[in-house]
Amino acid sequence: MTMNRQESEKLIQEVLEVYPEATGKQRAKHLLANDPTLQKSNKCIVANKKALPGVMTARGCAYAGSKGVVWGPIKDMVNLSHGPVGCGQLSRGGRRNYVTGYSGITVFTDLNFTSDFQEKDVVFGGDKKLAAIIDEINTLFPLTKGVSIQSECPIGLIGDDIEAVARKKAKDIGKTIVPTRCEGFRGVSQSLGHHVANDTIRDWVLPNRDDQQASIESTPYDVLLTGDYNIGGDAWSSRVLMESIGLRVIGQWSGDGTLSEMELIATLKPKLNLLHCYRSMNYISRHMEEKYGIPWLEYNFFGPTKIAESLRKIAARFDETIQANAERVIAQHQAEMDAIIAKFRPRLEGKRVLLFVGGLRPRHVIGAYEDLGMEVIGTGYEFAHNDDYDRTFKELQDGALIYDDATSFELEAFAERLKPDLIGSGIKEKFVFHKMGIPFRQLHSWDYSGPYHGYDGFAVFARDMDMAINNPCWGKMTAPWKQKAQAVGTGVAEAA
Amino acid sequence: MAMIRQCAIYGKGGIGKSTTTQNLVAGLAAQGKKIMIVGCDPKADSTRLILHAKAQSTIMQMAADAGTVEDLELDEVLKVGFGGIRCVESGGPEPGVGCAGRGVITAINFLEEEGAYDEELDFVFYDVLGDVVCGGFAMPIRENKAQEIYIVVSGEMMAMYAANNIAKGIVKYATSGKVRLAGLICNSRKTDREAELIEALAERLGTQMIHFVPRDNVVQRAEIRRMTVIEYDPTCKQADEYRALAQKIIDNKKLVIPKPLTMDELEDLLLEFGILDGEDESIVGKTAADEARLAAA
Repeated sequence: MTMNRQESEKLIQEVLEVYPEATGKQRAKHLLANDPTLQKSNKCIVANKKALPGVMTARGCAYAGSKGVVWGPIKDMVNLSHGPVGCGQLSRGGRRNYVTGYSGITVFTDLNFTSDFQEKDVVFGGDKKLAAIIDEINTLFPLTKGVSIQSECPIGLIGDDIEAVARKKAKDIGKTIVPTRCEGFRGVSQSLGHHVANDTIRDWVLPNRDDQQASIESTPYDVLLTGDYNIGGDAWSSRVLMESIGLRVIGQWSGDGTLSEMELIATLKPKLNLLHCYRSMNYISRHMEEKYGIPWLEYNFFGPTKIAESLRKIAARFDETIQANAERVIAQHQAEMDAIIAKFRPRLEGKRVLLFVGGLRPRHVIGAYEDLGMEVIGTGYEFAHNDDYDRTFKELQDGALIYDDATSFELEAFAERLKPDLIGSGIKEKFVFHKMGIPFRQLHSWDYSGPYHGYDGFAVFARDMDMAINNPCWGKMTAPWKQKAQAVGTGVAEAA
Repeated sequence: MAMIRQCAIYGKGGIGKSTTTQNLVAGLAAQGKKIMIVGCDPKADSTRLILHAKAQSTIMQMAADAGTVEDLELDEVLKVGFGGIRCVESGGPEPGVGCAGRGVITAINFLEEEGAYDEELDFVFYDVLGDVVCGGFAMPIRENKAQEIYIVVSGEMMAMYAANNIAKGIVKYATSGKVRLAGLICNSRKTDREAELIEALAERLGTQMIHFVPRDNVVQRAEIRRMTVIEYDPTCKQADEYRALAQKIIDNKKLVIPKPLTMDELEDLLLEFGILDGEDESIVGKTAADEARLAAA
């Protein structure tokens, strides 16, 4: 069912009643029935607060935000998990940030580097070991462009001076060393890790070439892509569109990105910074605007409607040639997109979707579903801030549910009541909803598929959603013998 | 067989915990008691008078050299000194790096797993870093470890503040385990009415001043020779003092959950004994310039 605002508010009240009073009072501030006319969210929803004890939250930690999101995909350097072995090993390769290149030569992201902290490192401090590891990395992999130090919890607890090690080793080996204070106990979610990682780009990377001249010539069409992590190849299907309208992409952060591209910014100042995931890279975008005068523009490459909108918005920042190119590229893809919609829309029309994801997706994918005739009836963020909700209201229908840091109980209760045709969330949610008989797609990893960005991505997106929703397994949720027993009534028992 | 009595010695930094512990343990050994000293201070100076050593090789240093603590054998770290006293030092990092508290935890776990708590032992003494700055330094008083706490104190104000704070810590662990305050050891600094003052403090805390150890230079003379007084000069008067303290500890049955004083109560006590001057509220927050202006007016 699709609910109006009153019905959604009533459902929220019913869900809240189950909580103990204090918990319910806190959770009430994180749940909302959408009003698309709202401009500012700070009066109506609370975000970026500590998850409450006793609920199941889907959040990660600051280390996940820095190592897993911002630094992890930078491929030409070693992103060292500094601390005990688990954080590094369990965060390895899980985010599907695709890269091109040769392992151990131009790509190091497929290898797992950890300082494997032992008791003695905790007791005596890990600084000497860290210095030795950086030397070993430089000896074993001489082509690495640098090392980022991703701090795990013990580093902050024992107060190791990783900045001093970074400074010394950078001088010793003549490479960029980035000490990142992303200890997991800091902050309320992975969001702080994004911020900390952004700050280290500001402090330890961008200034490195402040006084240098660009090694290549600048053009009026230079752009930077930020906040695309190339999950399943997303950044590639986005970059190709930027290039096809005549822009020169001088850097991709972080998906399939390099430290060299990051360092290039100070010398080869791009004309525009194109920001896909606002949440994880708005901090460095603001900084580059202030320091280098590089403006930034948010865009959305999910689904043909948003792609066309975004291409026009981007082109409007450049000359008529680019604007004409944008129109041409949009027109060129029209037939292909029409064919996809003609094929899948009849199979997906009117299907209702419930989302719970991170970063930009809770709002960015809505348009792609709408292109397929589907409706997003609820959406929520794991680790949003209020500025994310400001950007969400207008994307959603009146009365749609909005949930911040939803608990697993809330998601299940909403799913039971709203009976959506599809849920888009993460691996932690997937099998719970499969068992409830609800089609599900992972919208963190694209369920081992992708890309979903750009025109190329939309073809994959449409196919995947159809595959999930119209899978014949959903018609077989009742076991044959149970169907028979129902049909025959008590006959089976009597025969036995 | 009788239970091993496990005792921890706490007190303000520099009050003489290590010296007092080793001298009284020598007194216990002289009575034929079997004792182990566990030094819980990264400085590793808790056993030097027993072993005549500069500093014993520590568990954590040897574990680091060997690779991990699992690579270590007990007889590599446990040394036997004067009177058959077994000595171990937990060790830890140099100041300013790492986590000394974790070192204490690791070292004590190692001793337990390796069977250092031998049934033949009568006493284990933990000599702990002056300030219980984190959970690691409370390790000796957690479940199944030291149940008797002795606080070394003197008539100086800060030593008494520290003693009261340690009593607060004991209350916390007393409610979750069997740790009890066993007494204050006054290591005299020859302040005015010192014995009387510490007696009064002990009474307020609900405990006893188990012994008043007078100040005597023979302690320093012995220490220069890396010896305890009882070994250096068993006939001197100070040796009698440590033997007396040892006997009182053997006989001690007064184990209490302390009643720590509030700040006001403690200050009242210090006022009573003239350690603290009465506060003049009118001068609080006044600079020298303010005072000059007031005087001129």
